Parts: sequence; structure tokens; C-alpha cells
Amino acid sequence: MWKTVIRRILIMIPQLFILSLLIFILAKQMPGDPFTGLITPETDPNRIEELRIKAGFYDPWYVQYYNWITNAAQGDFGQSYTHEKPVASIIGDRAEKTFALALFSVILVYLIAIPLGVIAGRYHDTFVDKTIVLYSFISFAIPAFVLYLIFVFVFGYRLMWFPTSGTVDVSLDPGTWEYYWNKFYHLLLPGISYAILGTTGIIQYLRTEIIDAKTMDYVKTARSKGIPMKKVYSRHIFRNSLLPIAAFLGFTITGLLGGSIFIESVFAYPGMGKLFIDSILSRDYSVITALVMLYGFLALLGSLLSDIILSIVDPRIRID
Amino acid sequence: MGFVSTKELLTIRNLRTSFRIKDTFYPAVDDVSLTLRKNEILAIVGESGCGKSTLATSIVGLHNSIHTKVEGEILYNNQNLANLTEVQFNKLRGNDIGFIFQDPLSALNPLMRIGEQIAEGLIYHTKLNKKQREARVLELLEQVGISNASRVANQFPHQLSGGMRQRVMIAIALSGKPAIIVADEPTTALDVTIQAQILDLLKSLQDEIQSGIILITHDLGVVAEIADRVAVMYAGEIIEEAPVIELFRNPKHPYTRSLLNSIPQTHSENEKLEIIQGMVPSLMKLPREGCRFSSRVPWLDESVHEKNPKLHEVGPGHLVRCTCWQHFYFEDKEGSVNG
Ligand SMILES: Nc1ncnc2c1ncn2[C@@H]1O[C@H](COP(=O)(O)OP(=O)(O)OP(=O)(O)O)[C@@H](O)[C@H]1O
Ligand code: SF4
Ligand SMILES: [Mg+2]
Repeated sequence: MWKTVIRRILIMIPQLFILSLLIFILAKQMPGDPFTGLITPETDPNRIEELRIKAGFYDPWYVQYYNWITNAAQGDFGQSYTHEKPVASIIGDRAEKTFALALFSVILVYLIAIPLGVIAGRYHDTFVDKTIVLYSFISFAIPAFVLYLIFVFVFGYRLMWFPTSGTVDVSLDPGTWEYYWNKFYHLLLPGISYAILGTTGIIQYLRTEIIDAKTMDYVKTARSKGIPMKKVYSRHIFRNSLLPIAAFLGFTITGLLGGSIFIESVFAYPGMGKLFIDSILSRDYSVITALVMLYGFLALLGSLLSDIILSIVDPRIRID
Repeated sequence: MGFVSTKELLTIRNLRTSFRIKDTFYPAVDDVSLTLRKNEILAIVGESGCGKSTLATSIVGLHNSIHTKVEGEILYNNQNLANLTEVQFNKLRGNDIGFIFQDPLSALNPLMRIGEQIAEGLIYHTKLNKKQREARVLELLEQVGISNASRVANQFPHQLSGGMRQRVMIAIALSGKPAIIVADEPTTALDVTIQAQILDLLKSLQDEIQSGIILITHDLGVVAEIADRVAVMYAGEIIEEAPVIELFRNPKHPYTRSLLNSIPQTHSENEKLEIIQGMVPSLMKLPREGCRFSSRVPWLDESVHEKNPKLHEVGPGHLVRCTCWQHFYFEDKEGSVNG
């Protein structure tokens, strides 16, 4: 199995290289440069020019790329010009919040989707199944932001059950039990909203997988052994259908990080996604490129995670 | 009819198994009667789609009960298997009756270790504890001719060859020390050399455990090699039944004769392969009146014909569903029909 994992990680190197090159080229194509933001009526144009030269702005592109990528590899993504802080420290703080939200959402998605998918597959073509399928189609069809806005409005502003912004109340002392509870409380509404819409893929996949598994020859073999139907389901059908679901985890996390851009903006949750939107609006290029790179890296990591999980659960993929 | 004779292990009487297609049930096995005796290999032959597998799965109740209707009697141990509930069947399946499937790759769970798959039935049919079950698994693997049993028990199906997988399937079927083994084309998915090995294994196991085997195949070579008796099916019916030597020496039904003619003969390489004209009609279009084979008999003479041919005994244990076979003149194929 380690061979598979190492090979998969090696594949990531050229992928990351191409990704970084693309991001670099795109960043270069964007109008203006980091220093444009510093220009005020009083600025001396020569001073800006000096800064540009100092920052290597007129070096050949490959030198610039080399400097950027080597610094990035060491965690140095340069300075944010709006926050006047190193990019890495801004993102680090936000990433933690986003990961907390993503983790909570993933757990909720799986808690909702797995039982529903299993029930729909098990009682295929019955009323329960049809209800679940209807839910999964509706949740697929609703535009995410519409539901998010409705939830913020109804549960946040109207009923006031949940906070509508931030990650924690400022009045609380960090480290106390109440502080952590309050953090969790801030996760609830965005997490639940995401989970309600994010279950479609897993429900549909699991349902189809179970319906297919029922007609498989190995299920007939299991029945021919005279084991009770309940055990045929649990030991063969569910088991074989659930294992590939584990591999969805990587992709679900990737999807979530992408989804965080939306959800954090609507719920005013100051994570990476919100930082991304804010940085675009303020043209904070060094933050934007760093975030795009990070999202790309996480997407690759997600698919790596999926492949590794799959190679663990499915012996046919294992390389001994 | 009174009691089932002690020699008869399984008695099938007027079995009709029908599948629902758009709210109508169409029989795929129609009025089949057969007996299986202890220590006997009964072969069931016929073309694809004639109902062989349907007959086999009826015996072990593996059909989907919503879409399938099983009528008639399948008598085993004073029980009619045609009327059993799932729970009652589970006491017999994997215990009194073992089943071997055609394709051992798809018939084994790809994500479960071989040992676990063999031991599974033992959990429900025996009182063995985990240790004892593991020992029994190794014993079974050795019984089906797998020498490195403890290694194989830890492997997954995809790590084994086709022949090994079929041996594992046989081990599963044997695990309950069954009185009856139903094997549905156990060699069709295998290489020719492996086929012979598997047949030898079945034959030697049968000598050892004395169970009755129902062997389904469309390979008459297999039949000639190991069967004791043969039933030929056509379009859901049995059209001829005889001891194996009798059937090969003295086939009566025109369908049986053409089946025998379609065995490629190794000694006549330059002769063209004999092919039976036409195809088995599909389930919905099956003729339900008269002789089902008549549409494939181009030389049919209506005047000598029985309207609904019944099985007639033409020799000891030799039954034919055709009354007018005496009237036929076959181009002299007798030379190539041998047993
Ligand atoms: N579940 C089912 N629903 C409807 N029709 C079926 C079903 N199973 C089998 N049939 C039909 O019943 C007939 C007999 O099928 P069966 O599988 O018993 O044939 P077979 O003799 O085993 O053929 P083969 O040699 O291809 O395995 C065929 O016409 C087939 O299409
Ligand atoms: S009963 Fe008639 S049609 Fe049928 S096989 Fe015999 S001769 Fe042919
Ligand atoms: Mg078949």
C-alpha cells in the first residue's frame, strides 16, 4: 500500500508545478501590480519605480517565478498590502476557522447522507425511497445562496436562534469552556445549511450502489449459504456499498473548501473563503495568488486522500 | 403415489416456475418432473435460455419472490421446497443443499477474504466457535485440492486464478456437508484444461461424500464424462431423459439428436460444424400449445403427429416427449453419434 501512496504523492509534484505556473502567469496578466495599491496623490512615482525594481519587477519572468515559488515553498507568500502583514499569517488564522467549519459540515453531511442513502437503497421503490430521492433532487436544485440567505434571515435575524456573523463572541475569554461552546454555536447555522444541500451526491451514490449490489452474484452466493437476509444486507450489500463512500471524503472536503467562499460570505464567517472575496474586492494580489495556490493544493490533497482511502478499503486496488 | 422411495433424494413433480413480465407470469420451467437419487449425478442439458438455471434456482429458492411464482412439488425430506418461506429455506441452503455458480469471480464477494466467505455459512449452520470454524475452513480448502490452504484463506478472490476460485466455490458448497449439490454450469467460465480438473474434483468429491449432484451444463462432453443420467430440456420442458449411455447411443427426440450432432467431432476436422436451425424462442413468445420444438422441425409431417406430446417411456428409464420419432428418417448421422 505504501508504494501506491508514494507513487500518488510523486504524481502530485508535476501537478503542483503546472498549477503554480498557471497561477503565476494569470497573476502577471492581472491589471496593475501590488504597488498600484500604494499609490496616493502624494506618492513620488520614482519611489514606486524603485520599489518595483527592488521587488524584482523587471527581472525575466522565470527569475520572478523562481523567487516566488521558492519563497512560497518556505511558507513566505509575501506581504499583504491591505493588511500590512505577511500573507501567511493572515491565511493561517483564517484557515483554522475554515477547517473547523469544514470538519463540522463534513461530519453532518455524512451523518445525514449515509442513513438516508442506505434506507433508500434498502427499501428501493417504496414510499420512503421516493421521499428521500425527492429531497435529494430538491436540495440539488436549490441554488445554495438562496437557501443560505433564507436561513440567515429566518433563523438568524427573525427567530434569533443563531448568531449571524463571526466565529465567537468577543466578550468571552479564550480557553474557557464557554468560549469553545460559543465557537461551536457559531458553526451550527452555516454547517447545517451546508449539510442540508451537500448530501445529494452521497445519497444518490450510496442508493444506486446498494440497488446494484442487490443483483450481484455474490449476494446470491451469500443467500445460497443460508444466512439470514439481514446478514446478507449487513455483511455483503451494505459493506460493499459503504466502503467506496469513504473515498468520497477527500472530494467532499475539497468541495467544501470551495463552497466556503459562498457560505462564509453569507454567514459573515471570517474564514479563508471570506478572505478570498475581500481580497479580490481590495485587489490584494499576494493574498489572492496565495489562496488560489492553497485551494489548488488542497484539491490535489483531497483527491490524494480519496485514492489512499480507496486503496485501503478495496483490496483490488492494493498493490502488495 | 405414496411415500418417497428411500433411494430418492429429491423428487420434483410438475414444477412450474414463472417470471412476471408486465403483470403476466410466463413459465420458464413448465411442468418439469425429475428425481435425483443418492450418489447420482443428474445432468440437465439444453441450449441457452431453455430454463436450466431457473430450474436450479427454484430448488434452492433463490428467486426474487415478487417477480417469480414457483408451483408444483420439490420434495426433499418430506418438505415441499416450492412452498418454503425464506427462513425455512435458510435452514436447508448451505446445509442440506449446496449451490455452485457459473462464474466464480462474480459469485465471490470481492471485498471479503476467502476464509471468511467459506466460514460464513458455518456460523449459522454449526455450533463451531471461531477457532474451530477456521480449522474447518482449512480442512475444506484441502478437500477441494488447495494445498497452501492457510495462505489462500487470507487472500481475496481477485488474487486467485479462475480454477482456484471455482474450487473455493465448491468448498463453500461443501461446507454444510450437503446431501444435494446443485451446480449451474460450474465449468463454463473456465479454461478447457481447468474444466477437466474441476470435473475430476466434483466426481471424486461425490464418491467421497455420496451426495446427489444436479449438474447443469450445455456441454455434452461434460455430460459424457461424469453424468449418470441426463435430462434434456427444451423451452422449459423436459423432452428426453435417459441414463447417459442410453442417451448417447440411442437418442430419440429430434432435438436431442441434433444436439448430439452439434458436438464438434475431433476426428472429422474437415467436416462442417453442425448447427441446429433456429433459436430458442423468448419467454413471452414460447409456444404453449403442442410440441414446442415443431417450429424447428422443417420436415414435420402433421399427419403422424400427437397434438400435445407427453413423455413416453421407450426403454428402461428412457423417456421421450415425442411420439413420432419412429417415423423420421435421419440422414445417416448415426456414425458420428457415439457415447
Ligand atoms: N428474472 C427473470 N425475469 C424474467 N425472465 C427471466 C428471468 N430469469 C430468466 N428469465 C428467462 O427465462 C428463460 C430461461 O432462463 P434461464 O436462465 O433459466 O436459462 P438457461 O437455460 O439457464 O440459459 P443459459 O444457458 O443462458 O444460462 C429465458 O428466456 C430467460 O430470458
Ligand atoms: S412431437 Fe412432433 S414436432 Fe415434436 S419433436 Fe416429435 S415429431 Fe417433432
Ligand atoms: Mg443459466
